[in-house]
Amino acid sequence: MAHVPEDLHYSKDHEWVRVEGDTAVIGITDYAQHSLGDIVYVELPRVGDSFAAHDAFGSVESVKAVSEVYAPVSGEVIEVNESLQDEPEKVNSDPYGDGWMVRVRLLDPGEVDSLLTAAEYEDYIKKETE
Amino acid sequence: MRYIPNSPEERAEMLRAIGLDSAEQLFDSIPRDLLLTAPLRTPAALSEPEIIVRFEQLAARNAAARRPSFLGAGAYAHYAPTIIDHLISRAEFFTAYTPYQPEVSQGTLQAVFEFQTLVCQLTGMDVANASMYDGSTALAEAVLMAERLTGRSRVVISEAVHPEYFEVVHTYVQHAGIELARAAIDPHSGRTSTADLATVDDRTAAFVVQSPNFFGCIEELSKLADLVHQKGAMLIVAVTESASFGLLRPPGDCGADIVVAEGQSFGVPLSFGGPYVGLFATREKFVRQMPGRLVGVAHDKHGRRGFVLTLATREQHIRREKATSNICTNEGLIALAATIYMATMGRRGLQEVAHQCAQKAAYAARQIASLDGFSLPYSAPRFNEFVVRAPVRADELLKQLATERNITGGLPLSRYFADRPNDFLVCVTELNTRAEIDALVAGLKQLAVATVAA
Amino acid sequence: MNGSKITKATPHVTQNEDLLFERSRRGRIGYRLPALDVEPTPIDEIVPAELRRDDDLEGVPELSEVDVVRHFTRLSTWNYAVDHGMYPLGSCTMKYNSRLNEKVARIAGFANLHPLAPAEEAQGALEVLYELQQHLAEITGLPGVSLQPAAGAHGEMTGVMLIRAYLDARDGKGHGRDVMLVPDSAHGTNPASANLSGFRVKTVRTTPEGLTDLDQLRELCATGDVAGLMLTNPNTLGLFERNIREICHIVHEAGGLVYMDGANMNALVGWARPGDMGVDVIHLNLHKTFSTPHGGGGPGSGPCCCTAALEPFLPVPRIVREGEAFKLDYDRPQSIGRVRAFYGNFGMAVRALAYILTHGPDGMREATEAAVLNARYIAQALASDYEKPYQAPPMHEVVFTDKRQARKGVHTLDIAKRLIDYGFHPPTIYFPLIVQGAMLIEPTESVGREELDQFVAAMRAIAREAEEEPETVRNAPHTTRIGRLDEAAAARRPVLRWKPTAKAESA
Repeated sequence: MAHVPEDLHYSKDHEWVRVEGDTAVIGITDYAQHSLGDIVYVELPRVGDSFAAHDAFGSVESVKAVSEVYAPVSGEVIEVNESLQDEPEKVNSDPYGDGWMVRVRLLDPGEVDSLLTAAEYEDYIKKETE
Repeated sequence: MRYIPNSPEERAEMLRAIGLDSAEQLFDSIPRDLLLTAPLRTPAALSEPEIIVRFEQLAARNAAARRPSFLGAGAYAHYAPTIIDHLISRAEFFTAYTPYQPEVSQGTLQAVFEFQTLVCQLTGMDVANASMYDGSTALAEAVLMAERLTGRSRVVISEAVHPEYFEVVHTYVQHAGIELARAAIDPHSGRTSTADLATVDDRTAAFVVQSPNFFGCIEELSKLADLVHQKGAMLIVAVTESASFGLLRPPGDCGADIVVAEGQSFGVPLSFGGPYVGLFATREKFVRQMPGRLVGVAHDKHGRRGFVLTLATREQHIRREKATSNICTNEGLIALAATIYMATMGRRGLQEVAHQCAQKAAYAARQIASLDGFSLPYSAPRFNEFVVRAPVRADELLKQLATERNITGGLPLSRYFADRPNDFLVCVTELNTRAEIDALVAGLKQLAVATVAA
Repeated sequence: MNGSKITKATPHVTQNEDLLFERSRRGRIGYRLPALDVEPTPIDEIVPAELRRDDDLEGVPELSEVDVVRHFTRLSTWNYAVDHGMYPLGSCTMKYNSRLNEKVARIAGFANLHPLAPAEEAQGALEVLYELQQHLAEITGLPGVSLQPAAGAHGEMTGVMLIRAYLDARDGKGHGRDVMLVPDSAHGTNPASANLSGFRVKTVRTTPEGLTDLDQLRELCATGDVAGLMLTNPNTLGLFERNIREICHIVHEAGGLVYMDGANMNALVGWARPGDMGVDVIHLNLHKTFSTPHGGGGPGSGPCCCTAALEPFLPVPRIVREGEAFKLDYDRPQSIGRVRAFYGNFGMAVRALAYILTHGPDGMREATEAAVLNARYIAQALASDYEKPYQAPPMHEVVFTDKRQARKGVHTLDIAKRLIDYGFHPPTIYFPLIVQGAMLIEPTESVGREELDQFVAAMRAIAREAEEEPETVRNAPHTTRIGRLDEAAAARRPVLRWKPTAKAESA
């Protein structure tokens, strides 16, 4: 069973959000990294880029697949995890920690409320795997 | 049919085994009215001896294949070591396919890795792919790649790029929203004019130059690179005569961002224009926008070194309409031939071929320039091709040379440029003997005099 | 074979064969040229130093001829090839490559012919091209043929550009038809080629029977922006699109054209013709249907055949006949332009023509029949052990899945690798993308019954192993010189070329 930390918010596209003041850190979930398999490349936006919720802001590649990463919330990128360029495998080994992708300044903090809680997300992936 | 193992009797048994009465039933899913009721109207089957005679007869009607030739312009007659054809004729190479299963394809994979490395060494670039169809399509793919990398949509192409290469680029980009512009040739040097590179502006994705160019002149690549890079554009260098890599400064050392080349010079028969092999090389930082297959090093769980197709997410079978190219099958066996050529000629041979080409071309150019009425219009240094201006129409002169002297003397430029009736392009390689060159010179001299007198 | 398990074999782990660069020894020579026979000019007078390379080609190998021959001969033994045995790579048509075709393509009068030789002195070569065009037109039922495209995907691009040019001419530019429909089962090259030609790609679903969804096709065609449909027939599931007439009718009624991906034409030659079905344009893969060798990844050749209406748009030059003479015709104002320098992969055209003349109409029909029969035989024989997702009888290839084996943790990749231990090249795997765990098996006509039986026995043995000793399958192959390679590590930190510094590391 995939790991789903209590303190995060989740999207149905399998991204997680950790709210820290008026910023948020975004990554993909343990469930997502597991279904993608060995991640070999992560393409991320640049600092200063903005995106709306549900926009694709980057992609992750396994050996034989490319998947877009969708923004769970609207935001302006203030930091990207540059270390993923050299060590994309961090997304596999530590999706909620060293494998984080971007930090954004929230453009509409209210959006966070529409995301799933950990319990809701666990239910959601349980249904998806059935 | 001798290529089909199962005899008609065996096939009848197999039909029965799967519960069918007739071969026609195998095609039951095709609507009846779409099934052919009469045999195809192609010739009746020939035996092996008949096939050989038929093709020998066809080949005999290619008179141009049998005489000394000074044709170049994108396809070159070079010495090809005998072992190349023997090695590429090994069934293990020529009857395999794209190495999708690395455990049973290490021969192909390692050879491709060696090809990629050799292409990098010769071009002075960081990464090279497993090959493109030919030089012209490689150039078109380079233009599309530059557009993706820069986000700009204008491409400037020197007028000294092979006319057929330009046409192919034009076809490829016509629906990509790319605007093509041309950069002029300096009429004295024969090089792309650097005095006025205003054609390159800050909307320009790339500047395309060929060196040695279509007229045989070696371009000032470093200078062009500086000018192009000042505008934030990329320099794409095309090479049609890969033998020149043995002598000339590699485009990568001159600041090129993408280098494409026709690899036919590396042991590949002229074969009326194909199959040839496109070389494609670029900088490491651009690798994810590269078209085509790439082979990389990998290890098994015992730590043994092997090779695999890699970075495949760029490609059509995964990224579909968002792929960097639609290419799938490339020119594997021809790339292998080129690899064997480069390995056999090696560090010394590649340089000696290039030196002999340059020396013999210099000799031929000197002799022709000394003829009354003939001149060499361009002053720039050249490798093994040069333009000659004749006192008479070049196409007629060359036709006479062929029929009366049994020499193919070069390419009349009127084939591509209607306003250049008297110019022709001469190519000299290590295969052209001094006697052939002297015969060419003597023929030009006498026939031109005769034509003028007439 | 009767499903007996393989015995433990010890593969040659290495043949002591390093890379060319690692084998290189200073001073070795593999060639000899005639001595320069002209008075040398000082090199600075020919090419000034600043334009010459100054690296003395450091790093380029120095090898003797013997070294080179042994190197590539050893490498060759690490490949599996059609001449070893069944190579059932679905969609790729790995049939026998006749030596006769190789021989005729190498005749000096072809091999030494320069593409820019005057047409009157290359009549034999032009006749080869012209005659092949005529035969391909007859085989497809589509009269306009260009041999210029160098491979299947190149032929696709050419064909789709023809559609574009035709619509522009018919409706005027700005007609707004910018959608190319592509089934979800299509080869990846189809959407990529459509995109290259400036089209937006919309996907058409496949029905549970494995055929194009006509209702969805009608819906998609109703929007008025459809330029065409790219259809493979038989499709990539090996099934003939029996509604092909209706499909063409729907697309034509909507003002679009039908492009057929001819990768599977080897299921139809001599039995049915795309031109009779309503198809407007098709590409052929000479390296599939007409047996030109695959060469470890090319050269291919992807001729484009089309209706008379599309013919004016074919690439220039066209090869035409005037009386007894063959000519290159550049005067085609509506042409899409050139897609390749010169005239395409001429050497492949020679081989394909030799194939057609060797077979004759009866032989080609027989080859098609034998290919379909072989696939049908396998389809029936394996149905008891493997999941067959589509029930209709297949044409020249059949798709199975790993659904039953997956319950034991054995997947398609494992089955493919285990087949190597049994002496076969694996089928195409994980394609078509719409079939989870797909194994696409195409035996071709070049396989005898006893080898089909061996293949079936091997597949059944693997199915049994998946039940009884899944680890054996999951760790396969066991008999190759290397095991499964870590492709993820290779992609994360790609090493795409040898470098001198890497020598110490790999040693």
